[in-house]
Amino acid sequence: MENPRYWRLKKQRYGLVGEVCPHCNSKIFPPRDVCPECGSEARTEYAFSGKGKVYSYTVMRDAPAGYEQNAPYTVAIVALDEGPMVTAQLTDLGEEPVQIGMPVEMVTRKLREDVEKKGILVYGYKFRPVMQG
Amino acid sequence: MTENKSGSLLLHPDRSTGIIGYGAYIPRYRLPGSEVAQLWTGSPKGSPVKEKAVAGLDEDVITMSIEASRNALARAGIDPQELRAVWVGSESHPYAVKPSGTVVAEAIGASNNIQAGDWEFACKAGTEAMVAAIALVGSGMGKYALAIGMDTAQGKPGDALEYTASSGGAAFIIGPADEAVVEIEATYSYVSDTPDFWRRQEQKYPEHGQRFTGDPAYFKHIESAGRVMMEELGMKASDFTYAVFHQPNPKFPMKAGKDLGFTEEQLLPGLLVPVIGNTYAGASMIGLTAILDIAKPGDRILQVSYGSGAGSDAFYFVVTERIAERRALAPSIADYLARRTEINYATYARFRGKIDMG
Repeated sequence: MENPRYWRLKKQRYGLVGEVCPHCNSKIFPPRDVCPECGSEARTEYAFSGKGKVYSYTVMRDAPAGYEQNAPYTVAIVALDEGPMVTAQLTDLGEEPVQIGMPVEMVTRKLREDVEKKGILVYGYKFRPVMQG
Repeated sequence: MTENKSGSLLLHPDRSTGIIGYGAYIPRYRLPGSEVAQLWTGSPKGSPVKEKAVAGLDEDVITMSIEASRNALARAGIDPQELRAVWVGSESHPYAVKPSGTVVAEAIGASNNIQAGDWEFACKAGTEAMVAAIALVGSGMGKYALAIGMDTAQGKPGDALEYTASSGGAAFIIGPADEAVVEIEATYSYVSDTPDFWRRQEQKYPEHGQRFTGDPAYFKHIESAGRVMMEELGMKASDFTYAVFHQPNPKFPMKAGKDLGFTEEQLLPGLLVPVIGNTYAGASMIGLTAILDIAKPGDRILQVSYGSGAGSDAFYFVVTERIAERRALAPSIADYLARRTEINYATYARFRGKIDMG
């Protein structure tokens, strides 16, 4: 039963909500209550802008359980504009080739679903190429 | 009878309301009508639309509602904690039991002090939520309410609806008129028991009454709601700058519009069905966002939705001077239309869960 874990992580997963250090102003993701930069206590919520750049990526062709229906898909390390790195799927790539340094933005998408379609739907952040406009 | 205290059938709350922010969402993928026609008729011709928008593998009514709502919040410029309702109207809620609204509310940063029940009334579930949001704000129970119409519409393979049943929709934040980009002057709803289109519990695809979906259903309700609205307002079609109707295909809204006295110039700016298909609960609402993308202060807009079963909600809007500054704060319909990847029928079948995996 993983529902309590998903439930605990919903805020950071749905909206990329981390923390900001009140001492050195570092932005922290995922939230961990202690600033990795200065070691002080950091519990102030901070909603990230969702903007970042692809730092590195790979294509998953042999997907783990719960993700098979999306394979093949691209997983990237995204350097957020505020500093932290996050690992996430890229989505809505269309015909655009993924490139290191490519600007991306956060969207909330369905992350996984059991094949029998009986369990809860798990939602969370992914990144897509920045929309023009 | 049902007239209000001033003797009118129109609904108008004690406190005037308006749309504070609006947001649309159209998924990236497009299935050309020629693909559907080729598969089932052997010829690429005959589709009522050029193409329809298709949700990706990781999208559903909840994820699409989140993006449309974020766009609406960006334009409204309000703190999501100030919302008192997050209402999603759809006929494709991902769960049979468990609200879509709670997930959307959590994702956009709304507080726990909200109403979040889901709405269902075929293709007018979203506008029903709009009327409720107007009532909630207009009564003073809350300052802002979010009403969403969104669908990943189901079309049975080979059915006429498969050309048009598409994905997308729009979100509106209703609030006080003195903060609005669009003031809501009045609403009126016309409803009757009409069995033109339905989906029973646990059925994957809807059934419909073929030609019965026309005159006694779509046209009767749209035109009744539109006529009563204009009569009670003492206005005629030429008094409006734009009109937008529920759009299951290109022909129906154009005919209903012309029956009510509107011209192509008034109708075409809100007509998105030829390029995105029928977004069901989102259809007239996303058409309204296309109009708001180009509207000027003082423009008058008539919107009439239609939901099978059956009923129509009519709205009369007047655009305010705030439209210009708010419009640029989120992607426009043109931006979403430009973000386009064409797919074939096989990819569509995979995306929409039409392949039996055993």
